[in-house]
Amino acid sequence: MEFLNTKKLPYCKGCGHHLVAYNTVKALKESRFKVLDIVLVTDIGCHGIIDKCFNTHTVHGLHGRAIALGMGIAFTLPRRKRVIVFVGDGGVTLGISHLLEGGRLNLPMTVIVHNNMLYGMTGGQASGFTPCGFKTTTTKEGNTLLPYDLYKISKEIGIPYFTRILGYGDFSHKLIPALKTEGFSLVEVVEVCPSYGLKLNPTMKLKKIAQEITTKIERKPFTLKKIHPTPGYSFLTPIVKPSLVSSYSFFKLLISGSAGQGIQRGTSLLGEIGVRYGFYVSKKGKYPVTVGVGFSVGELIFSKEEIKFTGIDTPDGIIITSKEGWEQVEGEVEKMRKGVIVIEKKLLPLMPSINRGVRIYPFTAKDHNTVLINGVKEFLSRVKLFPSNAWLSLVKHRNFCST
Amino acid sequence: MNSHLTGPTEGEKVGFVDGSLLIIEASLRTGANVFVGYPITPSNLLYFYAKKSFPITLAAPDEITTIQWMAGFSLRGYLPITATSFPGFALMVEGINMAYMMELPMVIILVQRLGPSTGSATCGAQGDLLLLQGVISGGYPLPVLCLSNLTDCWALTSEAIKVAYKLRTPVVLLTSKEMVMTQQTIKISSLITIKRIKKSSPSTLKNYSPYNRNKNYIPNFLPVGNDEIQTRFTASTHNAQGLIATSNEEGFRNTRLIFKKITHNLKYYTYYEYVEPTSPFLLLLSYGVTAQAVREAKIMLAKEKIEVGMLIVKTLTPTPDDYFEIIKKYQKIVIVEENITQQYQKILFGNKEEDKIHCVGRIGGLISPTKVVEKVKELWNS
Repeated sequence: MEFLNTKKLPYCKGCGHHLVAYNTVKALKESRFKVLDIVLVTDIGCHGIIDKCFNTHTVHGLHGRAIALGMGIAFTLPRRKRVIVFVGDGGVTLGISHLLEGGRLNLPMTVIVHNNMLYGMTGGQASGFTPCGFKTTTTKEGNTLLPYDLYKISKEIGIPYFTRILGYGDFSHKLIPALKTEGFSLVEVVEVCPSYGLKLNPTMKLKKIAQEITTKIERKPFTLKKIHPTPGYSFLTPIVKPSLVSSYSFFKLLISGSAGQGIQRGTSLLGEIGVRYGFYVSKKGKYPVTVGVGFSVGELIFSKEEIKFTGIDTPDGIIITSKEGWEQVEGEVEKMRKGVIVIEKKLLPLMPSINRGVRIYPFTAKDHNTVLINGVKEFLSRVKLFPSNAWLSLVKHRNFCST
Repeated sequence: MNSHLTGPTEGEKVGFVDGSLLIIEASLRTGANVFVGYPITPSNLLYFYAKKSFPITLAAPDEITTIQWMAGFSLRGYLPITATSFPGFALMVEGINMAYMMELPMVIILVQRLGPSTGSATCGAQGDLLLLQGVISGGYPLPVLCLSNLTDCWALTSEAIKVAYKLRTPVVLLTSKEMVMTQQTIKISSLITIKRIKKSSPSTLKNYSPYNRNKNYIPNFLPVGNDEIQTRFTASTHNAQGLIATSNEEGFRNTRLIFKKITHNLKYYTYYEYVEPTSPFLLLLSYGVTAQAVREAKIMLAKEKIEVGMLIVKTLTPTPDDYFEIIKKYQKIVIVEENITQQYQKILFGNKEEDKIHCVGRIGGLISPTKVVEKVKELWNS
C-alpha cells in the first residue's frame, strides 16, 4: 500500500507544504516503514488538512497541541513504529511548552515543523517564528521582533536530532536520520506561503531568511507602539446615482467559483456598487478554511427595503465560474423555477435539464483572473440592476484581479 | 416594480460594512484602548480592524497569554478587549475566572462557530450559551450580551464596554460568524452617538482598600504601580484588603458581594427588544444572528393576519426577570436558535419539557424565516 492515496495535495499552488509531504513519504519508504507503522498527528493549520491524503493512521488534533497528543500516543507505541507530528510555526508558537517537554522526555517521535513564518489559514498574521523585517498582514512595515530559533532551543534541551531545511527540492535524505533517531527528533522546514508570505515579501530569499534566524541582533527593550485614532466613520460609501432606479426592487444572487478567482472580494465590490446605486445590500461568504484552495461562494441580496434576514433560500440569479463552483450550487440550480444562470461556457455540459423559467447565458474568459469580471459583466447585461460600466470602472479603479 | 420603495436616498450617509468593523469602532469610541489578539477563524476581521485603529494592539502567542496580558493592562487601568471563538475561549476560561475574582474590566468578543471542538471554523452557530452560563466556577453569573443586528454591533458593543468598566468585571459579547463577517448597508443615522466613558477615581484615599465597595457593591480601583497607595489583587478568596482569606467569613463575604454586584446591577444592563400583539397568544423568542430571521418571519406572518409577539433577548446571562414577566402572558412560546440542543430554552426553563415551549433549531446554516413561519402556522392552527 502506498503512503499517499492521491497525487493531488490540498494546498495552494506553490505552497511548500507539498514538498514536506512528498519528502516525508520518500524518507519513510527509504527507511522501510510500513504504512501502518506510522501514526501521523497533525495540528490545526493549512498543513493539517493533509490527513485525508495519507493511508497511515492519522489523528488531527487541536491547535498547538499536536505534539502533546503525539506524545500521548508515543508512550505506548511499539518501538518499530513511529509517531510523526506535522505542525506549523503557529502551532509551535502556541504550544512551545509541549515541544520542550517532548524533547526533555526524549520520547520516540519525529516533529516536522512547517515553518512558513506566519499564520496562513487565518489570514497571514505574524507568528513567533516571523523573522525580523518579514512582512505579514499584522506587521505591514516588517516584523521587529526576533523569531524563536529552534536550533538553539533543541541544543539547549538536548534534542538528539535537529535539522533546519530549506523547503526546496528533494530533502528526504535529511528526514531519514530524523525518522531513525531512537528518541525525539525535530525537523524545521523553512518554506513560503504563496498566499501571504510571497505576496508581501516578493523579493525575499529563503536562504537568507534561514541564515538570519540565528543571526545575533542587538535586542532592545520592548516598546509599545501606539496609534492615535482618527475621528469620523471609516466606512462611509457614497450613494452616487440613486436617480438611476433599477426595475428590480429585490434580487438574490449567488456567485459560485473557486479560491483564487477573487470571488469574495469581487462579490463585495459588486455589493458596494449596489449601495452606490441606491440598494440596501447584504453580502455573505461561504468557503472552506484554507485560503487558496477549494470552492468559494459569494451571496448578495439587493433590496429597496431594509434587509433583515441575510440568508438566501432560492436565488434569483447564479453566476458560475468554475467546476467547483458548479458543485456548490447544483442543488440550487435544480430548485430554481425562474431566474438567470450565467455560466462559463466550458461548464455548459454540466448543466442538467432545467425549468423553463430559467434562462442560461454562457460567457467566456481567457483565464482565472478575468473569469469573475466577465461573468458579472454578462450578468449585468442580462439583469439590469445597474450599468455594467459601473462594475468595470470600479474593478479597474480598485485594481481588482483575482489574485 | 414597487415604486414606493426607494432604498437609501442621495446624500444619505450609509456604509457597506460588516459587524466586525462596527464593533471595533464602537469599542474605540466608548473608551476601550487595548486589543490583544490571537488569530482564530471566524474572529480575524476584528483583529485586523483593531490593528489598524486601536491605540495599542498586541499579538499574543496564545489565548491563555491573551487573557493574562489583558488582566495586566486592566490592573494598570487600561480597558482591554479581545476576540476569539470557542477553541480559544476554552483556553481563556481559567483567566476569565481570575479576572472575575480580581474584578478586572475587559470584554471578550466570542464569535461562535460550529462545534463540538474545532468543528467547522467557517460555519456559524449558537452553541456556546450553556458554556457561558456555567463558565465561572461556583455558578456565579458572567454578564453576556448578544448582538442581534448591525445596530447592536454599534450600540450594544458600547454598552458591553461600559458594563465591564462600571461593574469592574469581564463581559462576554456574544456573536456568530454571520454577524461579524456579513457586510450590510447601514445608515449612519441609525447609529447612536457614543459617549466616551468618563474614568473615575476614588474620592478619597483615606482607609483605601482595593475591595471596599460603594452602595452598588462596586469596588474602588486604583491601578497597580501608582505612587500614592499600595494595591493588592488576588484570584484566591480574599478580604477587602486583597489579602488571601481562603477559609474565613471575611473572605466568603467578599465572594458573596461579587455575586451581589453582578445580580443587583442587572437592571442597568438588561437589554431586549419586545413587540406585544393586541392579544398575546404565541411568542417568538430569539437572540443573536437568528433574531434576523425572526424579525422577517414576524412581518411574513403579519401579511397573513397572524399576529405574534416577538422577544429578542440581548442580555443572555444573568436572566432578567422581565423575560419571565413577558413569557407568562403567552400560551405558546417558540424559541428559535441555531443549535439542536435548545441551549437558551434550557437557560430559561431547565431540562424539564413543557407543553407550551416549542423550538426551531438547526446546525450547519442560518435558520430561514420560512422555517419559523411554518412552525408558527402549525401551532397556530393546532
